[in-house]
Parts: sequence; C-alpha cells; structure tokens
Amino acid sequence: MNNALDLVTRVRGVRGAMLVSADDGLVVAEQLMEGIKGSAVAALAASLAGRLRRAMEAAGIGTSVFWHLQADQGTLLVVPAASGILVVAVAEPDVNIGLVRLELLRAGEAIT
Amino acid sequence: MTARAVETWTLQPLTDFVREASVRLVLLMTPAGQVLAQSGFSRAVDVMSAAALGAAIVASTAELAKQLRQAPFAALNHQGHRHGIFLSTFPIERGTVVVLAVYDLDVSSLGLVQLFYEQLAADLKAASPKGSVPKQVLAADFERELSESLNTLFGR
Repeated sequence: MNNALDLVTRVRGVRGAMLVSADDGLVVAEQLMEGIKGSAVAALAASLAGRLRRAMEAAGIGTSVFWHLQADQGTLLVVPAASGILVVAVAEPDVNIGLVRLELLRAGEAIT
Repeated sequence: MTARAVETWTLQPLTDFVREASVRLVLLMTPAGQVLAQSGFSRAVDVMSAAALGAAIVASTAELAKQLRQAPFAALNHQGHRHGIFLSTFPIERGTVVVLAVYDLDVSSLGLVQLFYEQLAADLKAASPKGSVPKQVLAADFERELSESLNTLFGR
C-alpha cells in the first residue's frame, strides 16, 4: 500500500497521500507532511464521496472516477478505487492536476 | 432535531456535535447512567434504556480491561448494516462524561463521528463549571430526580 502512495507523493506539490476507507472514513494508510491532520481529511473525503455517489446515482450519470476540490490554500484530489478504498491526495493549489490524477489512478489500480 | 439538557452547559457543545457529525441520537451521561443531555430521542423510556445499557457497557468493558490489566478502552464502535453506535468516555473536572451516539451510515461515518467527538470533548471540558461538585443523588431521591430529569429532557 505504501508503494501505491509513493506514486502519488513523489509528484511535486503533493503534500500527502492517503488510502481511506470510503464506508467509515478511517485512514488505511497515509504519507503526510507535518501539519496535515489525516483523520480530518479522511473523514471529509469519505463524507464527500458518499454524498457525491448518492447525488450522481440520483442524477443517473454513473459513478465518479476522479474528483477535485479546490480550496484557498490547497487542493484535495480523490480517486475511488475498487474494494471501497479512496485514494486521496492533498496538494498545493498550483499542483499539476493532470499528473496527480494519473498517479492516483495508477495507485488505485495497484491496490486492487 | 431538538437537543435538551439537564446540565445547561452541555447544550451548545452537544448541538454543535449533532450538527457537524450528523448523528441521529446522542446521550451525554455519567458512568452511573445519570443523563446530562440528549438529542434526537422522542420517548423517555428510550432515554432510560439507552442510558442504562450504555452505562452497563462502559462498566463491563472497564472491568474487562481491568481483568486484562489494561487501561480502560478509549472508545467502542459497533457498525451495523444501516446504523453505527459509538460509545466513549472522557474526564472533565467534575468526573467522567459518557457519550453515546447513534449515526446513520448513509449520512455520517465513524471517521466523522470520531473527528467531531474530539471537538465535543474539548468543548465540554472548556464549558464545564470549574470548582463545583456535582450534586449527589441519594437512593431516597432517585425517583424524583429521574422524573425531574426526564421532564427537563422532554420539555414537560
């Protein structure tokens, strides 16, 4: 699992990566820089993932493969992987989104 | 959802916790099962049952930990198909507070409950009256005290 996170954290501008259980919002594995509260990010990501999934089901547009939440001081990027795991990256606002997305998808494949 | 408190200093932290963690039912009580505040319960009998069962679980797990020569368990979580039950204790100046929370798995998660539970514990510690001793309930007054508490908790 740590190998999967290595793929993500080596991207410039990524401040941390985590594997989060989508059902309960708990951290499965993490590689975070100091100052990032993993439990809070995990709970937020799982909560958002659950709500997004229900909204997308209700809208009839299938399931999400990647989402990106841009905030003032950072960015949250998430790929829902199989077996109920979310691959989460916390990054600087100006990170290369395309590259992080690619590595998150690879990490998601690596853990299944 | 209405939150009501016998100990009024618990009300704001409880209301914040219910809103932020999206929990369905919450009881704040002492390890003896004396209810300090509740949110989401509609019947007095449910509060009494939940308080008695929650206190019993805290007592039995504390004794189990003692038998194993361990510190008391920090928290207990039960995850069912649709609901989760979270039970934990923390110390304040006046003693120990037990938190029993029930959450819908569609609306909340253990991660969210744990996250905002930490905030609830900090807020209750800060709001707890300093230097005061909690009122002792004697056996002779138990029924009257219980009745008064339930009346307060259900706005009668």
